[in-house]
Amino acid sequence: MSAVTKTNTGPALQLPEKTYLNSTYGIRSWLLTTDHKRIALLYLISVTFFFFIGGFFAMMIRLHLLTPSGYLLSADTYNRMFTMHGVTMIFFFLIPSIPAILGNFLIPLMIGAKDLAFPKINLLSWYIYIIGGSFTLYSMITGGLDTGWTFYTPLSTVYSNSAVAPAVVGVFITGFSSILTGLNFLVTVHTMRAPGMTWFRLPLFVWAHYATSVVMILGTPVIAITLGLAAMERVFGLGFFNPAMGGDPILFQHLFWFYSHPAVYIMILPAMGVISELIPTFARKKLFGYHFVAAASLAIAVIGFLVWTHHMFLTGQSTYSAVAFSFLTFLVAIPSAIKTFNWTATLFGGSISFDTPMLYAFGFLGLFLVGGLTGLFLGCLGIDMHVHDTYFVVAHFHYIMVGGAVMGYLGGLHFWWPKITGRMYPEWIARIAALVLFVGFNLTFFPQFVLGYLGMPRRYHVYPPEFQVYNVMSTAGASILAIGYLLPMVYLTWAAFYGKVAGNNPWPATGLEWTTQSPPLTENFEVTPVVTWEAYDFHNRPELGLDVPGHTGSPTVAPAHGDD
Amino acid sequence: MQSPLPFFPDEASNFAPKVDAVFMFVLLTCLFFAVLVTLVAIYAAFKYRRTSPGQVGSALEGNLLLEIGWTVIPLLIAMVMFAWGAVVYVNFRTAPTDTLDIYVVGKQWMWKLQQPNGKREINELHVPLNRNIKLILGSEDVIHNFYVPAFRVKMDVVPGRYNTLWFRPTKLGKYHFFCSQYCGTNHAVMGGWVTVMDPAEYAAWLSNEAGDVNPASAGEKLFTQLACVTCHLGNGTGRAPSLNGVYGAKVLLADGTTVTADDAYLRESILQPKAKIVAGYQPVMPTFQGLVTEEQILNLTAYIKSLQSQPVPAKGAGVAPASTGKK
Amino acid sequence: MHRTGALYGQFETLEQQKETASLGMWIFLVTEVMFFGGIMLAYTINRHTYFHAFAMGSKTLSLGLGGTNTAVLIASSFTMAMGVWSAQTGKKKLLPMFLSLTILLGFIFFGIKYVEYAQKFHHHLVPGRNFDITYCIDNPNKCEDIDAKDLAQERHEIEEAMAADPDLNAHAQLYYSAYFGMTGLHALHMVIGAGLLFWLLAGSLQGRFTPEWNTPVDIVGLYWHFVDIVWIYLFPLLYLIDRHK
Repeated sequence: MSAVTKTNTGPALQLPEKTYLNSTYGIRSWLLTTDHKRIALLYLISVTFFFFIGGFFAMMIRLHLLTPSGYLLSADTYNRMFTMHGVTMIFFFLIPSIPAILGNFLIPLMIGAKDLAFPKINLLSWYIYIIGGSFTLYSMITGGLDTGWTFYTPLSTVYSNSAVAPAVVGVFITGFSSILTGLNFLVTVHTMRAPGMTWFRLPLFVWAHYATSVVMILGTPVIAITLGLAAMERVFGLGFFNPAMGGDPILFQHLFWFYSHPAVYIMILPAMGVISELIPTFARKKLFGYHFVAAASLAIAVIGFLVWTHHMFLTGQSTYSAVAFSFLTFLVAIPSAIKTFNWTATLFGGSISFDTPMLYAFGFLGLFLVGGLTGLFLGCLGIDMHVHDTYFVVAHFHYIMVGGAVMGYLGGLHFWWPKITGRMYPEWIARIAALVLFVGFNLTFFPQFVLGYLGMPRRYHVYPPEFQVYNVMSTAGASILAIGYLLPMVYLTWAAFYGKVAGNNPWPATGLEWTTQSPPLTENFEVTPVVTWEAYDFHNRPELGLDVPGHTGSPTVAPAHGDD
Repeated sequence: MQSPLPFFPDEASNFAPKVDAVFMFVLLTCLFFAVLVTLVAIYAAFKYRRTSPGQVGSALEGNLLLEIGWTVIPLLIAMVMFAWGAVVYVNFRTAPTDTLDIYVVGKQWMWKLQQPNGKREINELHVPLNRNIKLILGSEDVIHNFYVPAFRVKMDVVPGRYNTLWFRPTKLGKYHFFCSQYCGTNHAVMGGWVTVMDPAEYAAWLSNEAGDVNPASAGEKLFTQLACVTCHLGNGTGRAPSLNGVYGAKVLLADGTTVTADDAYLRESILQPKAKIVAGYQPVMPTFQGLVTEEQILNLTAYIKSLQSQPVPAKGAGVAPASTGKK
Repeated sequence: MHRTGALYGQFETLEQQKETASLGMWIFLVTEVMFFGGIMLAYTINRHTYFHAFAMGSKTLSLGLGGTNTAVLIASSFTMAMGVWSAQTGKKKLLPMFLSLTILLGFIFFGIKYVEYAQKFHHHLVPGRNFDITYCIDNPNKCEDIDAKDLAQERHEIEEAMAADPDLNAHAQLYYSAYFGMTGLHALHMVIGAGLLFWLLAGSLQGRFTPEWNTPVDIVGLYWHFVDIVWIYLFPLLYLIDRHK
């Protein structure tokens, strides 16, 4: 740990005697646990497993695309690989990751509760995730799925010769895991806040998950029924989406995207919530514009439901409809912009350190900036008519999903690792890994913007030779990216057992979760806390042991450090 | 695609400069703000870096004017981007009335195009320079998409409905077109070339009905027309064996016997494909009984004969491994 | 988490626990609205596109059976509400009675549904291999449950509809896909509801529910009312619209 963040230089710390990790032993106490913290760890293991599977497919894709004629895989195998990469990463990694791991672990701690509102339903949601995942694994083992993760009809329901039904059933089932998690969070935040924890004292991580949960419960049932209908069509030959029987393939697209667009906000809002925790903590000041950031999260959730047709600008639908949805798409960008400006403004007047979580936060800022801005290109009708369904789209969403969501996820994992495990990760290798990730990521995905504008369509197993240079760059970046991901897997696991004992609040940070021991007790707090301070208030928390100037909470600008 | 590191495709239609213009506007605006925010963040990161372990930041919480400012200004800029893009798109979706109409049918995994006078093309589109062209798009099976990067236009091809796409070619040359909506196994090879010709040359090409009398060339056309090419890929990676070098060679069958691939064998393979299955392949070839005349079989045979000199792939050839295969 | 009496360990007060359970069930019902909403949307869009075929489909459903089922479900919602009231006012003998009545009405619903489904199977109106909307008018001897007058009217209606829509059979099959999809999904929810009611019945016979703590009765009641409301949407959508033109 760097010198600027150490606030106590006393004797080496010891792990607390009783924690949620050692309160009970045995495999049954883990598989039948209702402790939100243990469930979070169950999710951590299973989500990481699926991340590796999705990552394996990604490596195969990039290796295969090194050459224009693609000697590595056959067309069918490649098509299955990119489909399974999408299905695995979206439904089994991105959607659950931050909410089911960090959200589950932290929300009760952050609001001063002993657990979530429905602990057994929490466990149930993990089992549903495992069952859904098993169906999808079964689909992979029996040859995989080759329809693209978007399952467009009638390709998926009539023409595909791959394991469509088990994969669709798997995703259908996993949707309920998402719904139950969202339900749990919504109710918890409404009814389980400790005394004094008013809505506007909540950490923005909680606001972000609240907004995410709204999207989860309103959107996920729609993909469930859509996939249900698609499965019925595939297995029983019904005709809703099959033109040969009077059905309409575009109806499928509307129903599919009605969920799948808000789904991308399920993936990014929690990451934004993490960033809203990291920046105030490592700048040691309140988040600039707290209320605006909270409101922006809700705005993203709501407006996010109104833009789905921007995935369908070129299906031949009404021009009016396209214009309307393009307009709405530009509107949904504004709250994200507001958040980005507020995060940046938080840096001013701060006392900034560059620990690993903060490096991830900076990485997020830069990459989300690119990803979000390139969304504007796609929402702009006059540009989308050229780059729709090209690598421009692929680059855009990877900047947001990987550059944004995964950076947020890793930043959060590092930040809360001491709270989860009681031990600190090794700082210098973590910083190196973060930088490797950043470099590898940009090299992988920036060339894809160019490829897209040049006209390389997505989901191509072979391509015209003039596109090779950028593809080679992209694959080179992917190998660096892979190293960047493997490093944290290794050292975080090592740190969980052998890292330096961290103590209650190593950073120090202001959230309620940092007022208890690390790792926490099973019941989180021995005595229910009573909250009297605002979020990220470094000035009125003497117990943090920091050098606070004489002011007690008046919002004037007090220069807290020397000159430049 | 001249330089080793290209960024833009050719601008070959009326839409290309319009799309490029709105793209550049959005690009430069976004670049400006991205660089601005990045520099501001880097500046703040350095200016306000921590200088002592216990140091905290200021009590600054927010600023209403700033919030309003950075909400309204991006909103206004976004509206300009939206409006400019919408104008280009509406133009694209509103075909003029004086178009030359070409019918396009997409199917797994080829394109069939028909010129106004009935002349047909496979995976090729010839158009005259500076005429308004409208493509009427239909699909026989799944959703496809007809995309010409140099023209900056694309449109989904949806089964059960017709979609239209219009453009005016403004530059002579040959340009890629691609299928741009994932449609199954050979989605990536389902493309071809758009050739923009001088109007006089186009007229001459259009009225040239005679075509080739050479049987091998006629056979080659049939080979594509009847979609043989979608399975019998020359490089051996298709669902069916490559036919390079097969004429006259010994073929290893699934039941372990070998047979010489002469004219009779080829004819039987076309009319009764399940009679003799090549080792390592599935009996999925449909029969062309009733779909081809004897003359057409002769032309196909002549074409396959002409493939004798083509390189035989190491894997996926119809040629038996034990024989030398070459004549 | 350990329980101190009726209070679960993660809660501070019984009041908080009850409020939480209630809010949880309401939010769950919102997800159910979105779930049914998807298929209802697909149905409505197709109804608009294939007006004739869907009207024809509606005409082949029995108003009598559907209407009876509607009355049955509304009655069951009443008995359920009475059950909740019994629990809240401590009427420990009445609660099992009302729960049993609700279950009985539920089973009557299933019985009538079974009769309707069986009829559809018999009349070749199940989407799949042998779907044929003209089966009964072509084979009157196979459909003895329809009397001659109704059959004649059906023939007339089908002929009219076919004139307007030559692909009537294919589009009518879409109607029946929606019919089985929607009513099947609804029936599945009712089966789950019946299961929950049995669980409540067992608990009520053991005297578990008191005026201080009757949350399970309350939230299962909410769920049951919701399932009833879904049927109240399905009945007009499937049976009533465009029936007589």
